[in-house]
Amino acid sequence: MAGEGDRRADLEVDRRPRLLDGLRSGGDPRRSVAIALLSTAVFFAVVVVAITHAPGWPAVRQQFFNWSEFKSTFPDIARAFVLNVKIFCIAEVFILVFALFLAVLRSLPGPVFFPLRALAIVYADLFRGIPTILVIAMLGFGAPALGLSYVPKSVVFWGIVSLVLIYSAYVSEVYRAGIDSIHPSQEAAARSLGLTRWQTMRRVILPQAVRRVIPPLLNDFIGLQKDTALVGTLGAIEAFQQSQIDTNATFNFTAYLAAAVLFVAVTIPLARFTDWLVARDRRRRQASGLAT
Amino acid sequence: MTKRLLPFLASAAALAAVAATAVAAPGTTSASCPTVTDGQLTIGTDNPAFPPWFGGGTKTSKWKINDPATGKGYESAVAYAIAKRLGFGKSQVKWTFVPFNKSFAPGSKSFDFDINQISITPARAKVVSFSRPYYDVNQAIVVNKGTKIATVRGIRGLARYKLGAQLGTTSYAFIKSQIKPAQQPAVFNSNATAVLALKNKQIDGLVVDLPTAFFVTAVQVPNGKILGQFENKGKTTDHFGVVLAKGSPLTACVNRAITSLRANGTLKRLQQLWLAKATGAPILK
Repeated sequence: MAGEGDRRADLEVDRRPRLLDGLRSGGDPRRSVAIALLSTAVFFAVVVVAITHAPGWPAVRQQFFNWSEFKSTFPDIARAFVLNVKIFCIAEVFILVFALFLAVLRSLPGPVFFPLRALAIVYADLFRGIPTILVIAMLGFGAPALGLSYVPKSVVFWGIVSLVLIYSAYVSEVYRAGIDSIHPSQEAAARSLGLTRWQTMRRVILPQAVRRVIPPLLNDFIGLQKDTALVGTLGAIEAFQQSQIDTNATFNFTAYLAAAVLFVAVTIPLARFTDWLVARDRRRRQASGLAT
Repeated sequence: MTKRLLPFLASAAALAAVAATAVAAPGTTSASCPTVTDGQLTIGTDNPAFPPWFGGGTKTSKWKINDPATGKGYESAVAYAIAKRLGFGKSQVKWTFVPFNKSFAPGSKSFDFDINQISITPARAKVVSFSRPYYDVNQAIVVNKGTKIATVRGIRGLARYKLGAQLGTTSYAFIKSQIKPAQQPAVFNSNATAVLALKNKQIDGLVVDLPTAFFVTAVQVPNGKILGQFENKGKTTDHFGVVLAKGSPLTACVNRAITSLRANGTLKRLQQLWLAKATGAPILK
C-alpha cells in the first residue's frame, strides 16, 4: 500500500496557503493577528464606502436591504423552506444509491458488459448536459399530461424524480473517480485471496473509494440544495417561489435575501463540516502512515 | 406577465369624482413631460403580449403572440390614446420588451411607462410611480368541464380544491384572503405553465382576471369553462395602472391624459371594443 508516498504528499499539502496562515505559527502571533484584522477592516471599509456612496444606493437599499420587509417576509419563507429541506433530504438518499449503481455499472470489465457500460456513459452525458429546469418542466408537466391514472400528478414528486435523475449523473462521476483512484494492485491482491469480483468491489474497492470522495459528494449535495428552488417553477411553493410571490406583491427584492439567508444557513455549516472531514482524514493518514 | 390586483369595479360615483376633478387642458409640452428619448415615447410591456390586452394576432420574430405596435387590444389601444394626448403620433411610439421583474427594479428605466396589467397597491407605490387606473377588473376562476369543481356554485365551496394562480398577479393574494383554501395553492411563473397545470388537472381551478379567463377558455383550454367571477368585497380596491419610474415628471402628464380619456368616454369605448365579450360571467358569492 502506498503509505509513505501519501504521507509525504499530505505533508506537502499542509504547506499550501490556508485561511489562518501565519496567525498560529511563525513570527509574533499578536502582530500577525493585528495585521490580518487591519487588512480586513481596510478592505471592507473601502467596499462599504464605495457601495453606500453610489448614487443609486438609497434605492438599492430600499429595494434589496429593507429590514422591515425582511422581517415581514421571513416567517412565510422559512415555512416554505421546510419543503426545500424535505426535497433535498429525500432526493439525496436516492441519489447516493442510484449513482453508486451507475458507477459500478460503468466499472464492469469485459466485452459482455459493454451495453451496460455504454448505457451508464450515455446516461451521465445526457443528464449532465440537459438544463435542470428543462428536465423538471418535462417531467413535472409532461408526465402528468400523459393522462395515465397511475402516474402521480404531484409536482413535488416529479421535482424529486428530476433532481435524482440529474444529480445521479454528476454523483456517479464522483464515485467513478473514487473507484478509479484505487490502485489496480488492490483488486489483484483481493482476487488472488479468492474474493469474487463482486466481493472485491464490495469489500475492498468501494469502502476506500467512497471515503475518498466524501468531500465532492458533499459539494454536490450543496448544489442539490440550491437546485430545489427550481421545483418552484412547477408551482410548488418552496422558499424561492414564496420569495418571488412576496417580491411581486411589494416590488421589493428583500424577500430574495430572506430566502438566501435560509439556504446559506444550511450550506455553510455543511461546507465547514466537509473541511473538517477532509482535515480529519488527512490527520489520520499522517498518524498511521497508512493509506486508508 | 400579468399582475392584477383584487378586482373591483369602481363605482359610478368614483368615476364621476375623477371626472369632476379632471384637469381640463391635456396640452403638454416636451419640457414639462420629458421622455427617455427626445421626440419619442418608449412604452414597455412583457413578451408574450396576450389577448385581449394586445391583439391582432400579429406575431413577429420579436413579439411571439402579438406585436403591441398594432394598436389592437385594450392596452395597446389605451397606450396609443395616451401617447396622442401627450403629443406623440403613432410613428413616434416605440415599444420595448420589459419583463415584469425589470419594470420595478431599481436604477434608470428603459421605458417612459410600462403597461402590463399591473395592479396598483400602496406597497408597490413605494418604489414606482403609478398612473391613475385605466381599468378595473374582477377576478374569475377557470375550471375543466365535467370535473367535480365545475359543480360548485359559491365561493365557500372552492376552499377544498387545489387552486392555482400566476406569479405576480394579485390572484394569489385573493385566493389566500378570500377563498382561504385548505390546500396550499400552486403559483406558476408564467401563463403557459399555469394553463398547462390546469389542462393536466394538476390543479382544479385557475384564478385569473376576468378578461384573461375569457382568453384562457376561448383559446388555451378548449375544455375549460369560467366557473364564475368574484364580486367586489372588502375595502381593498383593485385597478390597473401604468408603471413609471418613481417620481417621474411624466406621471402627471400621463394622469392628465388618462383622466381626460376617462372623462370623454374613450376608455369606455375601448373597453367595449376589446373587452366587451369579457364581462358576462356568473358571480360566485
